[in-house]
Amino acid sequence: MSMPFYVSPEQLMKDRADFARKGIARGRSVAVVQYADGVVFVSENPSAALHKVSEIYDRIAFAAVGRYNEFENLRIAGVRLADLRGYSYDRRDVTGRGLANAYAQTLGTIFSSGGEKPYEVEIFVAEVGDTAAEDQIYRLTYDGQVADVNSYGAMGGDAEAVGGYLAENFSEGLGLDAAVRLAVAALGHSSTEDRSIPADDLEVAVLDRSRTQPRKFRRLDGDSLTGMLAGT
Amino acid sequence: MSEPRLSDAFLTPGTSSFADFLGAVAPELLPARRALPAVNAGDLAPHGTTIVAATFTDGVVMAGDRRATMGNVIAQRDIEKVFPADEFSCVGIAGTAGLAVEMVRLFQTELEHYEKIEGSTLSMDGKANRLSALIRNNLAMAMQGLAVVPLFAGYDKRASQGRIFSYDVTGGRYEETAFHSVGSGSMFARGSLKKLYRDDFDATQCVTAAVQALYDAADDDSATGGPDLTRRIFPVVHVITGDGQRRVPEAEVAAIADQVVAARMIRPDGPNAALS
Repeated sequence: MSMPFYVSPEQLMKDRADFARKGIARGRSVAVVQYADGVVFVSENPSAALHKVSEIYDRIAFAAVGRYNEFENLRIAGVRLADLRGYSYDRRDVTGRGLANAYAQTLGTIFSSGGEKPYEVEIFVAEVGDTAAEDQIYRLTYDGQVADVNSYGAMGGDAEAVGGYLAENFSEGLGLDAAVRLAVAALGHSSTEDRSIPADDLEVAVLDRSRTQPRKFRRLDGDSLTGMLAGT
Repeated sequence: MSEPRLSDAFLTPGTSSFADFLGAVAPELLPARRALPAVNAGDLAPHGTTIVAATFTDGVVMAGDRRATMGNVIAQRDIEKVFPADEFSCVGIAGTAGLAVEMVRLFQTELEHYEKIEGSTLSMDGKANRLSALIRNNLAMAMQGLAVVPLFAGYDKRASQGRIFSYDVTGGRYEETAFHSVGSGSMFARGSLKKLYRDDFDATQCVTAAVQALYDAADDDSATGGPDLTRRIFPVVHVITGDGQRRVPEAEVAAIADQVVAARMIRPDGPNAALS
């Protein structure tokens, strides 16, 4: 009779966490910055078709780093959940908090179940309110933990360097142009050098509360983005 | 919907259709999935009446009267029956009001859902076909008197023109040229537009023609409401062009309706068309 090897629960969880962390660290970062009229997401993403930042609902957006197939799956699940809630109740009853909870439960269950491999993803869920004080940004990690993000945040490979740069240079009530420039500079920052990332390699999207339409999500690209980055 | 973890249905890749997803996870929410006793239920619920749509050089106009009827009773004077479907299209509904409004909500969600999941919008024909499928699912109810007959209009960016689609209760989809009307007053509205329509209309002229057609429909059909001058209730009018769709503000419609009514004070049958 063969004896199974004993692995302590602590070791098991640590191994799974290390596995997920390694996967996430391989990818490029995403930065989120709050500005006067909403929330802006910036990521270094040369692909124009495979998005890291997406619309979920009227006031809710999603950004992710890690394995594409896994976060794409979560994104679609989020759109389905939001549309289902909005259809069966009302558009106003779809909240970022509800979505973040559903993601947290899902990621947490998958992380601690023996059968599935943990998801190698981290997620921002942001919701804009009527005023800047009502904006909510949540950061979800591979193990289902949820943290409130205040004003700015970064995740992905160089999250620490990017987050550090944002912490040093962020100020309240930035304009959209300034917020985009800050996030782009942060993504190009590392302990050794400061790169400038060309506009074509950036994916930029905002939740803009000043939009008159109910859907506040908007992508920024092409000339408008180039102009924004050039202005000083 | 309160399950803590997203169930497998949410995480299964595949469909971009919200209606298909709803059919899998919450079929009871679909408008057509209800068993009814085999009686005619047509008189139990309010009915919406006349919708008109007409194209003009830059796009298309859709307008609907404001009346809902239940047998001989006016159920509502200010119901709205024309809705934006997405940024470049509108849907107007005639038939059982409750079901129709639910179907419009499903159709709106369907288009937005596809757009978010796929990252691109459906083609004009794709949208028209999806609406067709939703109507077809309602066939059993239609046969018991709860029919929904929509009119769909939008700006086709690929063809750079406004397009109009009409439907029958079996989901049949027919593209109309120039103008069309559905609902109980539609034959009078269509007759009116036949005489008034010109293919070089600008937006304001097109809106005026639509308001004239609704006036003619209300003139001869008791279920269609005319402009209500005492309560200041006027048709709902949407204009769709390459810049998107917008609802014409109440004040603008009121001004046009006042003009139309003033002219009818002199000639109650409306403007004269040339004889040859």
